[in-house]
Amino acid sequence: MPMTHWLRRAAIPLLGTLLLAGCEFTGLQSTLDPAGPIAQAQLDLFLWSYWLSWLVIIGVFGAMAYALVRFRTRASDPDRIPTQFHGSTKFEIALTIAPVLIVIAVAVPTVQAIFATETRAVPEEGDVIVNVTGYQWWWRFEYPEHGVVTANEMHVPVGRRVIVNLESADVLHAFWVPRLAGKRDLIPNQNNQLWFSADETGEFYGQCAELCLGAHAYMKFRVHVVEEEEFGAWVDAFEAPAALPESDDQRVRRGHDLFATKGCTTCHTVDGYRGDVRVGSSDFPNLTNFGLRTSLAAGVVDNGQENLETWLRNPQIFKPGNYMPRVWSEDDPNADEEIAAVAAYLLSLGAGAETEALAVEPDTLAFTTSSLGGDHGDR
Amino acid sequence: MAIGRQAAPPVSDGTLLKRPTWTTGIGSWLTTVDHKRLGILYIVSSFLFMGLASIEAFIIRLQLIAPNQQLVSPDAYNQLFTMHGVTMVFLAIMPLGTGLANYFVPLLIGARDLAFPRLNAFGYWVYLLGGLFIYSSFFLGGAPDVGWFAYAPLTSLSNNPGVGTDFYMLGLVITGIGTLVTAMNLIVTIISMRAPGMTMMRMPVFAWMILITSFLIIFAFPPLTIALVQVIFDRTFGTLFYVPEAGGLPILWQHLFWIFGHPEVYIIILPAFGVISEIIPTFSRKPLFGYPVMILSGIFIGFMGFAVWSHHMFTTGLGPVANTAFSLTSFVIGIPTGVKIFNWIGTMWGGAIRFTVPMLYAIAFLIMFVLGGITGIMLAMPPFDAQVHDSYFVVAHFHYVMGGGALFAFFAAVYYWFPKITGRMMSERLGKIAFAFFFVGFNMIFMPQHFAGLLGMPRRVQTYDDGFGFEIWNLVSTYGTFVMGTGMILILLSVIWAFRNGDRAGNDPWDARTLEWTTTSPPQHHNFDVQPVALDRDAFWARKHPELAHGDDPALYDHDYDAGGIHMPGQSWYPFLMSLSIVIGAYGILYQNFVLAIVMAVLIVFSTYGWAFEGVGGHHVHPDDDAAEGATD
Repeated sequence: MPMTHWLRRAAIPLLGTLLLAGCEFTGLQSTLDPAGPIAQAQLDLFLWSYWLSWLVIIGVFGAMAYALVRFRTRASDPDRIPTQFHGSTKFEIALTIAPVLIVIAVAVPTVQAIFATETRAVPEEGDVIVNVTGYQWWWRFEYPEHGVVTANEMHVPVGRRVIVNLESADVLHAFWVPRLAGKRDLIPNQNNQLWFSADETGEFYGQCAELCLGAHAYMKFRVHVVEEEEFGAWVDAFEAPAALPESDDQRVRRGHDLFATKGCTTCHTVDGYRGDVRVGSSDFPNLTNFGLRTSLAAGVVDNGQENLETWLRNPQIFKPGNYMPRVWSEDDPNADEEIAAVAAYLLSLGAGAETEALAVEPDTLAFTTSSLGGDHGDR
Repeated sequence: MAIGRQAAPPVSDGTLLKRPTWTTGIGSWLTTVDHKRLGILYIVSSFLFMGLASIEAFIIRLQLIAPNQQLVSPDAYNQLFTMHGVTMVFLAIMPLGTGLANYFVPLLIGARDLAFPRLNAFGYWVYLLGGLFIYSSFFLGGAPDVGWFAYAPLTSLSNNPGVGTDFYMLGLVITGIGTLVTAMNLIVTIISMRAPGMTMMRMPVFAWMILITSFLIIFAFPPLTIALVQVIFDRTFGTLFYVPEAGGLPILWQHLFWIFGHPEVYIIILPAFGVISEIIPTFSRKPLFGYPVMILSGIFIGFMGFAVWSHHMFTTGLGPVANTAFSLTSFVIGIPTGVKIFNWIGTMWGGAIRFTVPMLYAIAFLIMFVLGGITGIMLAMPPFDAQVHDSYFVVAHFHYVMGGGALFAFFAAVYYWFPKITGRMMSERLGKIAFAFFFVGFNMIFMPQHFAGLLGMPRRVQTYDDGFGFEIWNLVSTYGTFVMGTGMILILLSVIWAFRNGDRAGNDPWDARTLEWTTTSPPQHHNFDVQPVALDRDAFWARKHPELAHGDDPALYDHDYDAGGIHMPGQSWYPFLMSLSIVIGAYGILYQNFVLAIVMAVLIVFSTYGWAFEGVGGHHVHPDDDAAEGATD
């Protein structure tokens, strides 16, 4: 829509100059920087109402400012008694019609946009279906067509319609990826649905938008929009994930053993870890192909050896309030060595897949703990 | 109960507790039934609760001043914003409106008290003690932490084992009782105790808006109470209304809450509209423009308020048809609201505007209410709402409506009526300086939150990460709290200053238009020495400027309405006693100490019995005969 593009070009700098000139309105979670048709339609509607609101502001505030200046009491005549008129039918009818017209101008595109963006999608050939389950405070993503179960990071191919079925395992959550689509709530005993598609590849940030206590502020996730082939490769990586990567690294082998002996397998699944015997539970984050993820702790920090070690040592540092237990006690003499081994093992998961390019280089992405501020160590 | 015009029925002797007759000291306040004293108690209590809520808000803003701060833990943060919301909505802004109504509705309509003075006292004590009950949770294991709308299933025992949620549920049931009885009291008063000549269409708009508000309360609070009782039963007796594992439907809570919650918004804002409709005519020296339209739009807003609740639930997956319906009903409310704005400007148009402090607050109200209304229309568009729902954009929106709208209007009212309540003038100069801080600070806090929301910052997050563009908006917002806080301190100082050094106000310092300004400042216990009559709308103005009025002939009302003296109601212990037993009984239920609960239930029955059979009591006032003043019949 060329007109709305013109509107958008004009509106964003104007929005910016409204308070503080030159501020950026592109952002990782900016609703003003859409990357798909749903978010675009939502923004277009906002911009339309935004311009109409300037009409209202200029009209109402202009009339008010005029009245306040023109009809102020002047020092020369402080006790003036103005004409005591009670109203004017003609005027009042006109003033009732004005808001009616504005409301109609807003209502017509609104109703069009509701049916365009919120009608429940019926899955068709070519749609990607993702079943999303919200947990306190992470996301389970299941691709029923591909048999993939993963956590906190979604991969979808660019341009294809993605149908997201939303359900909650505990309390309310809301699925929100501002640059791709507005939010929809995850409600226990209710099957909600959201659909969107992305116009461009990239990493899109999402966050839970409905209070779920505890670590609600840290319940984030990412949507990786990738080319079709890359999506295929990512799915393939889940077909036969390597239980123990063919690695000469003794540290990785030791991490693999510790993953069971330290009790990680009580909760966490790694497909193929014990052959056909499943470890872990589906109510906890599935760590299959963990090395392919760019973030950890539900999108809170970047994935990498150093951050992962910090996370394993004390999960409360990055994400206060979460349920991950502290496995190594503070005075455990083997803690450093064991944590490093488990982290190395987890990062090696998926590294053997053909999608090597997706994997994160260990140690290149280090979270700067200084930006956390304050003494967070014993939280 | 007869007050004023009718003769008193005989006083019963069979009272269980002697009727107190203190006129000063704490006992006189605990047992008072005077609508003016109760009005003052309401206003002072709501400002104290507002002070607590402001401290909570200040800590919230300090926590959010920069990314990744850990000033307060997530749990403490949840308690802070929950209590800020609960306090502002239920314990500060709404009771402030009730307090103003308590004090001024009888004066505006020329009555001498509310219809049921003891019930009025009961309403106040239940509100205050209920509020303190909720606040006691801070010392008894943690305050409510589930947000002010406490969505199920976050409130279930398994998800929230602490006592905070119990305090929320029981506390709101208790304060709801007070709100309900006061609403009924105000309806009866407004319908049946208006001065001679004051037809409904001559009644001051503030009284009209209180009448509408009271009806909204009567229809809105029952669904809330039902929902609260369901959760109390879930948590105390193991019922399963909102337990998803047993098939409960959490969405039901949202429907019940918001069919209360949206009318609640109008319960707060309509009295504010009323206040503005009194202040703008006074300081424009002109009658309200389009009085009948103002009344009708108020009624229409109140009525439609029950047809829009699901616009709080656009993202819950109601489907496109329901979202369209609730979107359109929400847009429709914009029409009467717009008409009201135009009529206020029409009132100023052609007037003689005086920029006093109350008028400045009224103008600020207009500006910020229009801004809040615009974002309200935006939020009524479900596709856009899907983006900004539960984001800081919504936080900004409702603070512009509730804070910049209702609160600024009530500040205007407090400045406007302060001389009447205290008999002293507040400093105009100090008032204007404080206003500047207050207004600028408010906008510094909440304008940037629109942008944080558009950039994707969800509400109710204890912290945020850097790199999302939220930093600058949060920084400015937090700086704003210092500016607004300075304004609040200056207002407090100017109140203290006015009590000590303020000029004597006289009866009518503003050259106002309505009946409360015909009597002394502060008014005597019986309000009016002579029963006032309303010859026209703006009854006092018509009396001051008979040449400008087209009202009734005064000869029509040439009648001694106060023959036989003015009956004033007697004080009573029972309202306070009953409120106290309700609140202590609630502790009994909360801690499942059913012995305590039963003892308190017995005390409630006792109070009801004593209340019913202590009779009317009171005394007659004979203003013409000084010697007889205060004499007991």
